[in-house]
Amino acid sequence: MTRKTVTRMDLGEAVVREVGLSRNESAQLVESVLQHMSDALVREKSVKISSFGTFSVRDKAARIGRNPKTGEEVPIHPRRVMTFRPSHLMKARVATGNRQG
Amino acid sequence: MIRSELVQKIADENPHLYHRDVERIVNTIFEEIVGAMARGDRVELRGFGAFSVKKREARIGRNPRTGESVSVGEKHVPFFKAGKLLRDRLNGG
Repeated sequence: MTRKTVTRMDLGEAVVREVGLSRNESAQLVESVLQHMSDALVREKSVKISSFGTFSVRDKAARIGRNPKTGEEVPIHPRRVMTFRPSHLMKARVATGNRQG
Repeated sequence: MIRSELVQKIADENPHLYHRDVERIVNTIFEEIVGAMARGDRVELRGFGAFSVKKREARIGRNPRTGESVSVGEKHVPFFKAGKLLRDRLNGG
């Protein structure tokens, strides 16, 4: 089985097939969805899509890191990281679909 | 934000589309991502992030209550890595 990389274009094509809108409009809708999700993450730190998963933003405290090559100490500033927790449905479909190769 | 709020935002921006079609569009996008991962494909959405499938090797697990050994088979789990643009935005970039 060859692995493929799915992109915005493929998502747009799926919208064309499903709803029959133009390629251009479908691509813009895909972009809007990603844009709104990004905005919501910045604004309210959480996006929950039922039966898909939950994106959330966590605050990480400052800590002292170390350059593994030189052993030098470097401060790591407090920052925000994003995590994704897949739904049970997604986990189940990914597990079943990839079973045995 | 939850799925219905996302649908509402898209619907507000596209008054020429039926609400139920906007729902279908949003559902199609998420369904396409899950379908791709179920096939073992990677989904790369530049700026937002990438979904991929990671393999977890078979291992000997332990029942934490009884201490009994159990063999856990190989499995595949979904994984998401945030894109650089979004990571930078979260940090005020």
